[in-house]
Amino acid sequence: MSDATTQAPVSGGQQKISKIHETIIRIAGNSQDGIQAIGGFLARLAGRSEQDVMTFMTIPSTISGGPSIFQVRIGSGEVLSAGDEADMLLCFYQHSYEDHISSLKLGGIVLYDSDHVTPKPEWQDNYRHVGVSISSLTVEAIGGTGRDKGKNIYSLGLLAKIFDLNVEKLTMLVTERFTGKDPSVVQNALACFNAGYNHSLDNLLKTYQFYASEKLDRHQVVMNGNEALGYGLIAAGVRFGAGYPITPWSDIMELLRRELPKYGGMFIQCEDEIASISMALGGSYAGRVAVTGSSGPGISLKTEALGWAVMAEMPLVIVDVQRGGPSTGMPTSIEQSDLNIVCFGGHGDSPRVVIAPSSVEDCFHTAIEAVNVARKYSTPVIILTDQAIATRIEAFEEPNLEKLCQDISPDLAPVSDHKPYDLTANDGVTRHIAPGTRVASGKYPIVTGLEHDELGHPTGSSKLHTAMTAKRRNKLRKLALELPMPKTYGPNEGQILLVSWGSSQGPIREAVDRARSVGEAISGLHIKYINPLPNGLDEIFKGFRHIFVVELNDEGLYGYGQLAGVLRARYCDARIRGINKSDGLPWKVKEILERARTLASGK
Amino acid sequence: MSELAIPFQTLPRTGGNLTHITVPPLPDAERKGLTKKEIAADHPTWCPGCGDFSVLALYFKLIEKRKLHHEKVTTIAGIGCSSRFPYFVQAHGAHFIHGRALPFASGVSLSRPDLHVFVFGGDGDAFSIGGNHFSHTARKNIKMTYVVMDNWVYGLTKKQTSPTSPLGFKSKTDTWGAVDQPINPMKQAISAGATFVARTTHTNPNHVLQMMEAAMDHDGFSFVECLSECIEFYEGAFDASNPRKGGTFTTVPADHDVTDEIAAYKLSGEPFPGHFGIFYKATRPTKNANEAGVNRAAMSKTGGMKDWQILQKTFDRLK
Ligand SMILES: Cc1ncc(C[n+]2csc(CCOP(=O)(O)OP(=O)(O)O)c2C)c(N)n1
Ligand code: SF4
Ligand SMILES: [Mg+2]
Repeated sequence: MSDATTQAPVSGGQQKISKIHETIIRIAGNSQDGIQAIGGFLARLAGRSEQDVMTFMTIPSTISGGPSIFQVRIGSGEVLSAGDEADMLLCFYQHSYEDHISSLKLGGIVLYDSDHVTPKPEWQDNYRHVGVSISSLTVEAIGGTGRDKGKNIYSLGLLAKIFDLNVEKLTMLVTERFTGKDPSVVQNALACFNAGYNHSLDNLLKTYQFYASEKLDRHQVVMNGNEALGYGLIAAGVRFGAGYPITPWSDIMELLRRELPKYGGMFIQCEDEIASISMALGGSYAGRVAVTGSSGPGISLKTEALGWAVMAEMPLVIVDVQRGGPSTGMPTSIEQSDLNIVCFGGHGDSPRVVIAPSSVEDCFHTAIEAVNVARKYSTPVIILTDQAIATRIEAFEEPNLEKLCQDISPDLAPVSDHKPYDLTANDGVTRHIAPGTRVASGKYPIVTGLEHDELGHPTGSSKLHTAMTAKRRNKLRKLALELPMPKTYGPNEGQILLVSWGSSQGPIREAVDRARSVGEAISGLHIKYINPLPNGLDEIFKGFRHIFVVELNDEGLYGYGQLAGVLRARYCDARIRGINKSDGLPWKVKEILERARTLASGK
Repeated sequence: MSELAIPFQTLPRTGGNLTHITVPPLPDAERKGLTKKEIAADHPTWCPGCGDFSVLALYFKLIEKRKLHHEKVTTIAGIGCSSRFPYFVQAHGAHFIHGRALPFASGVSLSRPDLHVFVFGGDGDAFSIGGNHFSHTARKNIKMTYVVMDNWVYGLTKKQTSPTSPLGFKSKTDTWGAVDQPINPMKQAISAGATFVARTTHTNPNHVLQMMEAAMDHDGFSFVECLSECIEFYEGAFDASNPRKGGTFTTVPADHDVTDEIAAYKLSGEPFPGHFGIFYKATRPTKNANEAGVNRAAMSKTGGMKDWQILQKTFDRLK
């Protein structure tokens, strides 16, 4: 909110209005307070107001209780990350207040529930404190049931007042959200909202108003990364899948289980992750690219069957929503430490495809691309996403579904003859025929994990093993030729190149913007296609003195993270170094820049 | 953003949804049944005298007798001597990984109601590494026929104790004789909820064929335990059930009620050689049917809409 420019007196009120481009609000309470709901409403509203929005949340891994936060950043321009420091902290309890004051920028506003929070005198100078007895006023608003359920909606009303939000749209969102439940629920929610909105907010100095956003051609949709990925798979034509629950992957399987039947498809909950990938492979074999997925522990279990998919050249999409590992690790924390397992996990030489989406919107398109790659190259494709993208909510331009939705149903037309592993095929790529396809020659294919001849029958021939190994490798080299070269963010020459993958794209871009604004020659490079890598990255590297790969994983035994290791192996370039961390939190822009400057200065 | 680097490639396709696959009409609708020669593929790699040969021969016979066409049959297996099966059959087939043939076959069965799905495998594949999948495929009643060629030993890996090896069996991993209580496949199948449970032995070809045929006709998960001697590592294991070796082959008593779970369980507990035949058969909706029901209900609300329109409706709610 620091970029407040004009100030105009509010008619009739004592507060001034300050125009802002964006704001970052952190809401802190306990997990049962419905904090996610406030964030969700704000994000939805931003989407409907053509504003950009990004959120970040932490949920405790225990089911009930425990501190929880939701941070939402709303802006009239492009929002690249959930933000380093908040402009406002809305806190429900003393612990929320004390634990999160450090995330507030100097001069920021603490909006606290005076029923539960006693402000500290020593913090009064640095932050503007605004107390509202949120709990008791909520109880009063809904007629005194003695329960403060609804204080999240009451707070939403307060925020609507402070930021001059569109009350009509918010009222509609609240109504939509609770419709279908007991009518009194909607009534109570609106009562809470209105009570909050009509609070006088006496000790607030000013209220805020967003600059108008540019008009967009298409409407915005608002969802989190897991939803975008799930719907992307549906758009891609996937109609069969199997999985086993694990946070944060479960959302995707729940979505597919719920949605696929509408399209005549099905998603099966299996007894474990091995069964899941096996069943999905059965579905793919039966004729249509299927999906399975998991998070760390489940991905480990799937590796043997993944090797079969490579050997049998069976298309499949595997989603890995990364979380903190190894083992059960940090189930609800953010980490990018599965790159090695998805690229290399398993025995034998087993090349496969790995694509990492960079944002919620990108999840949708990556899902479609993954299916297309799987079909075209008859290969397993891993979509490597992470907890940060999975749970954060973004608004993005609605995709053109009529154009994007694809039909990938199997072709069962008879063929004259068929060799699944034809070594002389024009493009060197296997195309399976699904069971049910009649082969006029009377010779039927076997798909197999044993090394095989062209018909899929086992062979011990070293010549064939060499030829087939090359076949499986070469098709992915071919794919590499087709992959678009990533472009630098900022000029393609300079001092420092910050290389990112996955959810770090936003923070890196913001870091580049910030550094450039003070004259530093820093650019960014985001890598989406992780395995195979597109060719020619070394050309980009040439333009920079330092290449820092920024990853949310450990610096490892040799001082650089997992993607950095791959890039060093690929390009033998010792200038490639790592900026890594494993605190389970997304990157702060400040953190990236400080680390990059220190590393570049050789300290 | 919406420009895809790897765009969709058009391939000829059949259309339709997953539970209602439309198969193109065959050029010659009047096709004759297959001969044994047309069904046989690679010459089996089994040791001469291995019991698995007769199971294969009877599978051919079943295809012949029931006039199944090549493309309508899918043969799936895990890993083991017995699991080599798909290579020997001239039909679509998949040789999957050790112990996981059932979930793989489930994927085929659930998405392709037009196919006959047969799974063949060994006792280790079924009850050791694949034990959990056995239980879940049975309880879900996923439509397929599963023939376990039980030789009471690990054949492919050359004579280790299997989960069905009897106490005292001297293997390379129990040189002093097996010490662990073996699994009883019939009890296992009944208690897991299999809806068709039968037992046969490779030395009685007619009976094997009869059991396989009944299993194939069962609408649900049908399980057949077929004793199949490993001549190499467990010679004579089943002599007591072979009249030619002085044993007795006794079929299930005529008054046995196949719908009586307790009676079936009791029958399973008989000491070797026990009985042969159908122990248990129940009618319960298959998962295939249940899922089709879910789909019918869901599609009755979206019926007639194109896929992108259904998705559009969902997106409209996310604005
Ligand atoms: C994951 C894995 N573990 C172990 C093996 C080695 N292995 C192959 S077959 C087999 C046991 C085979 O016994 P059974 O299933 O009874 O089949 P049989 O050979 O007796 O017909 C084992 C342990 C393997 N292929 N994969
Ligand atoms: S080792 Fe035993 S089971 Fe395997 S082929 Fe030989 S006889 Fe048959
Ligand atoms: Mg065996």
